[in-house]
Amino acid sequence: MLERGEVANSWRRERWDSLRLLTPNWQSRLPGLRYEGPDPDGYMTVREVTEFIERFATASRAPVRTGANVTSLRRTDEGYDVTTTCGEIACRTVVVASGACNQPSVPQFKDAVPASVEQLTTFDYRAPGKLPDGGVLVVGASATGMQLAAEIQRSGRPVTLSVGEHVRLPRTYRGRDVLWWMDASGVWDQRYDEVEDLTRARRLPSPQLVGTPERSTLDLNALASMGVELVGRWAAVRDGRALLSGGLRNVFSLADLKLGRLLDTFDEWALTTGRDAEFGPPERLPPTRVPQTARLQLDLGSGEIRSIVWATGFRPDYGWLDVPVVDAKGQLQHEGGVAVSPGLYALGLPVLRRRRSTFICGIEDDAREVIEHLARYLGAAVHT
Amino acid sequence: MTTVADNGVNVQALLEAREALKGAPEAAQFTWRASAKWQSGVHSTVKVQSFFGLGQEQSHKEQSVFEADHPEIFAAEDNGITPIEYLIVGLASCLTAGVASVAQNRGIQLHSVEATVEGAHDIRGILGADTDVRNGYNDIKVTFHIDADASKEDIEALVAQSQKRSAVFDALTNPTNVTVEVA
Repeated sequence: MLERGEVANSWRRERWDSLRLLTPNWQSRLPGLRYEGPDPDGYMTVREVTEFIERFATASRAPVRTGANVTSLRRTDEGYDVTTTCGEIACRTVVVASGACNQPSVPQFKDAVPASVEQLTTFDYRAPGKLPDGGVLVVGASATGMQLAAEIQRSGRPVTLSVGEHVRLPRTYRGRDVLWWMDASGVWDQRYDEVEDLTRARRLPSPQLVGTPERSTLDLNALASMGVELVGRWAAVRDGRALLSGGLRNVFSLADLKLGRLLDTFDEWALTTGRDAEFGPPERLPPTRVPQTARLQLDLGSGEIRSIVWATGFRPDYGWLDVPVVDAKGQLQHEGGVAVSPGLYALGLPVLRRRRSTFICGIEDDAREVIEHLARYLGAAVHT
Repeated sequence: MTTVADNGVNVQALLEAREALKGAPEAAQFTWRASAKWQSGVHSTVKVQSFFGLGQEQSHKEQSVFEADHPEIFAAEDNGITPIEYLIVGLASCLTAGVASVAQNRGIQLHSVEATVEGAHDIRGILGADTDVRNGYNDIKVTFHIDADASKEDIEALVAQSQKRSAVFDALTNPTNVTVEVA
């Protein structure tokens, strides 16, 4: 098992200070390891996640080779040759578990932003106090963008948030964590070969959630009430001005309607399973409030915006993968974790085998099924 | 008795095209064309017939001819609608087509769809009367009246999805590079 840095490396080095898991503690379960602390409904801090993963590495006695960065993976007649910073390894099969979040994904027009404006990605951002004083443009309204917009606004820096398509969720629904509903109602168990539009499901941004001790909902209405200015999706830079989409109202509608359908699914599940009485009455959230006027341009040279935080998602880095299994969009091509190159597998990618694939509680079933395939492949290879 | 929704949209063909073009991005490159000829005053005649797509020259069955002018209160002859009205013609028809297509794809039978578009326009911009006023629309409002075999939420979802997949909605809400040259 090769790890480029230390165990839980990305949790140690690529996360901002205040981050907590979106999933409640009780959902942090790995084979043979569960959360046993005093607060099952709480959300782990980055330090706690790091410790949790370290504990799993120890408990599972995983043969982790730390500080072994893979620089190349090539196909050979017998299997694969792996070049690492600690030497070469020949192997029959490989499981790529490097994830989908290796590089921040930032649009090209970042190069057209005036140099007077400081630009950070979520890999650089640590805390609001490290940003320059003055206005901050946060780009992206998934979990990351929402959380950063809130804490930066609280630090006294006026935030403008550029909002594209997003997934709205309340933190709790009918008295339970919304992710309890995703888990219990079977939404997360939906398999990759049952999902209607798999490409879309795999590209879905993370839901607008934050893990706080208060279990509060962080939606666009909450941010607007804090004074965050909402603007449309950032489309281009022209003459030092950010040009923003006028389609804000529709991305609100899409997310509100989608949330309504999801809550309908939960209510229906509660009724059909006879569990309806266990929960509070069904709730519906007020629609996302459309600002009176949403600005369509921001003058990036005026000094109003002093820094930009790009919370525009991530992309995987397969620069080291010298096997033709990556598509034109830079995504690993695979069927439920089985790549087209024999003996090559993937784990830990969005909706790899089911909707819960990228959650801590999602790896166990995926790993079991992918490794079954791998073992069969090795067995078959032995018999020929 | 179950009836299959039929809004007259060949969704199967569209879905097949989507699959086919996934692997052939070059065939998906279209060029739409219009050519205008000045008549007199602010009156011009615009003709549309040919376009390029699927790797070759294409043509509409017939040429369409559009007269563009300004109304008499603009001291013009009103030989046709104003150019900025053509934008909302495009928006209304694009969103309506989208509603029909999405409804067909979702198995929703439509009985009637009517869209009213209102574009708020401060003409001080084009007159140069106030340089702080933009030339184009300040706000566009589209109101749909839809009678369909579907819940209010499903109808709202049709309209939202139609906007999400609309070429004209995108062209109006997002910036587009425009090059104007003298040949």
